[in-house]
Amino acid sequence: METWVKICRVADIPRLGARVVKSARGDIAVFRTANDEIFALMDRCPHKAGPLSQGIVHGKRVTCPLHNWVLELADGNALAPDVGCAPTVGAKIDEEDVYLDMPAARTTPVAAE
Amino acid sequence: MLMKTGSKPKLVLIGNGMAGMRTIEEVLKIDANMYDITVFGAEPYGNYNRIMLSPVLAGDKTVDDIMINDTQWYADNGITLHAGKTITRVDRAKCVVEADDGTVEPYDRLLLATGSDPFIIPVPGADLDGVITFRDIHDVNRMMEAAKTKKHAVVIGGGLLGLEAAKGLMIQGMDVTVVHLMDCLMERQLDPMAGGMLRRSLEDQGMKFLMPASTQEILGEDHVTGVRFADGSEIPADIVVMAVGIRPNIKLAQSAGIHCERGVVVNDTMQTFDPRIYAVGECVQHRKQTYGLVAPLFEQARICANHLTERCVLRYLGSVTSTKLKVTGIDLFSAGDFIGSDATEDMTFRDPARNIYKKLVIEENRIKGAVMFGDTVDGAWYFQMMRDGTDISAFRDTILFGKAHLGDSGRGDQNQAMAMADGDEVCGCNGVCKGDIVAAITKNKLYTLDDVRTHTKASSSCGSCTGLVEQLLAATAGGDYSATPKEKPLCKCTDRTHEEVRRVILEQSLKTIPEVMSFLEWSNPDGCASCRPALNYYLLCAWPGEYIDDQQSRFINERAHANIQKDGTYSVVPRMWGGVTNPKELRAIADVADKFDIPTVKVTGGQRIDLLGVKKDDLPAVWADLNAAGLVSGHAYGKALRTVKTCVGSEWCRFGVQDSTRMGVDLEKMCWGTWTPHKVKLAVSGCPRNCAEATIKDFGVVAVDSGWELHVGGNGGMKVRKTDLLCKVKTPEEVLEYCGAYLQLYREEAYYLERTAPWIERVGLESVKQRVVEDAEGRKALYERFLYSQSFSQDDPWAARARQAELQSEFRTLAAV
Repeated sequence: METWVKICRVADIPRLGARVVKSARGDIAVFRTANDEIFALMDRCPHKAGPLSQGIVHGKRVTCPLHNWVLELADGNALAPDVGCAPTVGAKIDEEDVYLDMPAARTTPVAAE
Repeated sequence: MLMKTGSKPKLVLIGNGMAGMRTIEEVLKIDANMYDITVFGAEPYGNYNRIMLSPVLAGDKTVDDIMINDTQWYADNGITLHAGKTITRVDRAKCVVEADDGTVEPYDRLLLATGSDPFIIPVPGADLDGVITFRDIHDVNRMMEAAKTKKHAVVIGGGLLGLEAAKGLMIQGMDVTVVHLMDCLMERQLDPMAGGMLRRSLEDQGMKFLMPASTQEILGEDHVTGVRFADGSEIPADIVVMAVGIRPNIKLAQSAGIHCERGVVVNDTMQTFDPRIYAVGECVQHRKQTYGLVAPLFEQARICANHLTERCVLRYLGSVTSTKLKVTGIDLFSAGDFIGSDATEDMTFRDPARNIYKKLVIEENRIKGAVMFGDTVDGAWYFQMMRDGTDISAFRDTILFGKAHLGDSGRGDQNQAMAMADGDEVCGCNGVCKGDIVAAITKNKLYTLDDVRTHTKASSSCGSCTGLVEQLLAATAGGDYSATPKEKPLCKCTDRTHEEVRRVILEQSLKTIPEVMSFLEWSNPDGCASCRPALNYYLLCAWPGEYIDDQQSRFINERAHANIQKDGTYSVVPRMWGGVTNPKELRAIADVADKFDIPTVKVTGGQRIDLLGVKKDDLPAVWADLNAAGLVSGHAYGKALRTVKTCVGSEWCRFGVQDSTRMGVDLEKMCWGTWTPHKVKLAVSGCPRNCAEATIKDFGVVAVDSGWELHVGGNGGMKVRKTDLLCKVKTPEEVLEYCGAYLQLYREEAYYLERTAPWIERVGLESVKQRVVEDAEGRKALYERFLYSQSFSQDDPWAARARQAELQSEFRTLAAV
């Protein structure tokens, strides 16, 4: 079951940029593309844990600032021939608001799980 | 525009050889779904590496080793392969091709890659059984079959192909005589000296030569028995290999009425006179030239694919070629104009005991050609300099001893690629061993340096092992693959070079990154992490005060004005003008370190203090405290002026002859805040003892009694380069003017991420001297442009971020959940 948590306005994230959301699971990088699509990945490159939120965003990809691995924003997979994956976090836009799917941050308990 | 006959336009290739298939591979790389592709090949195989036929004949490789694409590959890529079918007719009116078995195939675009035919000299007996050419797998099989039962082989032709065939037959156990019309072997590649050395080496191995000798008749009833020459002499022969040359195969094109001369005539886009028909490879004639080596064919393939996929940005301008002989035990290299003329000089090196000969043909300090025998490890290096037009005056005295003698700081043994063990590390940055690279080249069929970089990461970081990787590539994939194209595109999003992009920005008054990308038809709509910072810099340099810096196109360090560390924290370096500080500044630094729990405080090599381990969220507060004590950003993170290192000079030092500290502070006040293609470091020494190490800086000033020596183009780092002396000046004002002009020239002409050392090596010290020293007016104009640009850039980025709240969002966490 999805649990959407409102994070910010789309405009709070720079185009072709990212911002960081702190969570119990670790930092989450929330990216905005040139076409105002929003993606979220755990902020750790699968290579050497570099902060992906600090990388350069191009197309639907981000280049890690530490060693230039390129990851797909949609599924977190590294571009071949590199192999690895940054876990994704569900993200959506509703009326210019950005929501993340955060099961751990549920404010009300869900019964019979 | 392409008119479509079906759902997808049809591309038909005639000729399943290296050039044609390379073009198809390039097309697939650009757009795998654009065409329905059909390939016709007269030979009954997939696609194989024809230049490796010699090693097959010599028994070093098998036919399987040299297959490039097997039939499964065609199926996997959705390509229809008609192997063993010869196209007999091209009907240009109906746009169809017909094969000898009756197959008819329509096309929207036709690609001719019919290659070449071996030339058979028209003497009596040339059609006898036992007369063989050396062109395909079938020929190699016939030679190997003959070698099992026959003894005498005669090879007609003492060129590259003939000698490789002769050597292969010798290894197969035959008694081989090479017959050559000229008195020098490989006269199109070698001068008489190298030709003679080659002949003696091959004779030592047991090969026999008859030269100059003109073949008059091949003897025999129905099978070859011997060869008779113009002087009446005869020798016995069981097989005769004709290897006197190749002719472009233009029969099909001619019969279809396509304009041909020696080859199928194409324009710079590889298009024939029929706009639907393109041609590549050995069958082609471009600007009066035909080519028989593989490197030019691959270049043609790349350009042809660019046009077949309607990208239409590349042009073929002809190729400069080099030759290596693929014969075991003989090292031979040749490129360019190796004979020379009245306008050229020869530089030669001979060591008869080691059987080594090297000759460079030089014109105005630039290499025009090279011949090498016995020791060819530096062939690729000379060839690169020849294509780049590198000015060699700085190392003319040692150039013949090779690259290893250039003072490569411990990496000089780059030439021993083959002597390395599989476990030896080639790329120190990424920890890649020789074995990994060789395995990747073999397994993934890699041909270019870029491919190897992508698959192994070797040579993709600092690049100092590039030569070594190229050698491995050449040795593993075949000698002709080593050539990297001279014109390197800016990145994979474009085919334009740095130089072209900079020129177009100015000519077309392009003022934003999207404008540049759309005008130059970038393949990715918002580029990549390589091109965006480069374009941002080029625009900033072209339009000072006007261009609005694109923060999202800057590497994180230049966005955060601090250096990212391996754990995601940052390091902060305040500027200390000329390396001079005081108790107040030191106290402020100590207080900041205490207040923000900064774990490491370290003095840098550039005489600054580095605060390491600062959390990103703390950066604005750290800066505010440092700003309060008068400290500003040291730009230790940027492609910018880093530091001006000084010694104390005449103010204190008993040897000092000028006030080097003052000079350093003044230089730093003038230059700070400038953005440059790469980092820039300066130093000023107060006397020739040079305690500030000014001779390994981008711009180094050394005080002498009568004034100042100005040195340029040095750097420390992985490849140490000592500066070149630019000139001597008298006054501190002149030092500032020359420095500003020099930096502006570097800013305007260097490629992004090119430091001053490789820039000067590329353009030549003379051209820098001419612009900065000799041309006084030009110097003043450069200096003024530098100062004008500086008038917009000297705003402390730390203070700006402390001042403007909206700039701080970069440093704040968005939310916590």
